[in-house]
Amino acid sequence: MTISKQDVEHIALSARLKLTEEEIKLYTKQLDSILECVDLLEQIDTTDVRPTAHGVELFNVLREDEVEPSLPQEKALINAPETEHGFFKVPRII
Amino acid sequence: MKTIRKSLAELHTLLVNKEISSVELTGEYLDHISEFEPKIRAFITVTAEKALAQAKKIDQKIAQGESIGPLAGIPMALKDNLCTEEIVTTCASQMLREFIPPYNATVTSRLEAAGAVLAGKLNMDEFAMGSTTESSAFFLTANPWDLSRVPGGSSGGSAASVAAGEVAYSLGSDTGGSIRQPAAFCGVVGLKPTYGVVSRYGLAAFASSLDQVGPLTRTVRDNALVLNAIAGYDVLDSTSVPFNKPDYTQFLENNVKGLKIGVPKEFFEHGLKSEIAELIKQALKTYEQLGAEIEECSLPHMQYALPAYFVISTAECSSNLARYDGVSYGYRAEAEEVIDMCETTRAKAFGPEVKRRMLFGTYALSSGNYEAYYVKAQKVRTLIKQDFAQALAKYHVLLSPTTPTVAYKIGEISEPVACYMGDVYTIPVNLAGLPAISIPAGFVDNMPVGLQLIGNYFAEGLLYRAAYAFEQNTGYYQEIPALLREAD
Repeated sequence: MTISKQDVEHIALSARLKLTEEEIKLYTKQLDSILECVDLLEQIDTTDVRPTAHGVELFNVLREDEVEPSLPQEKALINAPETEHGFFKVPRII
Repeated sequence: MKTIRKSLAELHTLLVNKEISSVELTGEYLDHISEFEPKIRAFITVTAEKALAQAKKIDQKIAQGESIGPLAGIPMALKDNLCTEEIVTTCASQMLREFIPPYNATVTSRLEAAGAVLAGKLNMDEFAMGSTTESSAFFLTANPWDLSRVPGGSSGGSAASVAAGEVAYSLGSDTGGSIRQPAAFCGVVGLKPTYGVVSRYGLAAFASSLDQVGPLTRTVRDNALVLNAIAGYDVLDSTSVPFNKPDYTQFLENNVKGLKIGVPKEFFEHGLKSEIAELIKQALKTYEQLGAEIEECSLPHMQYALPAYFVISTAECSSNLARYDGVSYGYRAEAEEVIDMCETTRAKAFGPEVKRRMLFGTYALSSGNYEAYYVKAQKVRTLIKQDFAQALAKYHVLLSPTTPTVAYKIGEISEPVACYMGDVYTIPVNLAGLPAISIPAGFVDNMPVGLQLIGNYFAEGLLYRAAYAFEQNTGYYQEIPALLREAD
């Protein structure tokens, strides 16, 4: 497979990354060379192989539904670029 | 020998016997940092005041006759992707340049509880993505053995600081070799524990199913002592594994009689430098003379590990780094409306390596590609895991070079794919979630070479024993960079 300029524009939009024209050109070329390496995976037959998500898999990590200590609101906000009345503030949405 | 280069056990004895105070010891390390940082540049932040305050506390304990643990009062440093409460934690990125964590990573808390003295935060590749520490948004770190070379990465600052004697030990993180490769390049001991042995709580995530925190030290015994302090189940990390944690120092026995060592032939391909292959052969001879049994073996799917890692690590990175949107913490670019703010924030504050990986990960996860790339890579991961399971049913440990080359010259690696080739022997281990250690195995062109030992799940103890026997019978750990010898 190959990656086109349109592909890069599309994934940049999905990844919420504003790219310049030069960046689009550069990444189209670089992602294409990565893809060349990754396409090696097509060579192996994995028909009856189960996928592995973690090297050491754990299942159903649960705990009692009890209130545990958590980050207080003031601390959660200390790194926020902008706040108002104890909330994160962002620019206009619509 | 200079005090700051003594082992943790020796430093502990000096402190307990009141031959030196923790404040004096910390002062010596801080002086050494001031002297060498202009050349090495391993530190993003030096926390001198806090270090001296912590040292003072330990001195008070000693003065009051309280017993102190083996790490108490001894300076160390942390990779800058490990959260430290009230101390800036940047991930070597413009995105988090001013980020002050409101909490400690579990490893930070555990070291603090052990009385460790935090001397500072260490340079790394941006968000741990890279193998040279050159993708740091701030500055380059130099290799103490040759200042024109990289220290490796992504835990380059962690390895360089220990090799330069600026701290007694450090912590790094390893997603595809990021502890073991810089350890090899800088001539120190680096352990990537079994996935789930050390908590990832408070480690800024790169690829969550692969990331693991581990110690970088000058000796194997030091490494076991640090692992003792940081390993163990943590309720705050849902991938942390409940297991019975041993005292890892109990395995440090200079005896490998009857140890079965498998040597995977695939780990001697992919552009392995012939002088490194020669050193590894010598190492095998050493093990044989010590009574270990050596046999060649095969891990047939290893050539697919690199492409599978590409897909899995970039997919997880694109998902993990979605959180940096300019809303709740980190850098924010000025913009009129919210989508523009988010896109501009990410465009301005992420470097090229991070952008490239996020883009590829997004591509691999997008509809139409998900099955062909992501699911396929996860299936290949199963085959790699099975290869290791079969080999480790037959052998106690597997032995290989840690890297195909010695440390690169600064600027030598420019192609994105070339950069991954240096991790070709370390990446498969992360995919399988196994523990592995890199130890010094000699020198090529006056640069350190690392030997990798891979063990079964939770067999860190056995790895330490095999590593310790080699270390004690070769003594490469006693070599120090010329830079330090000249300064003594």
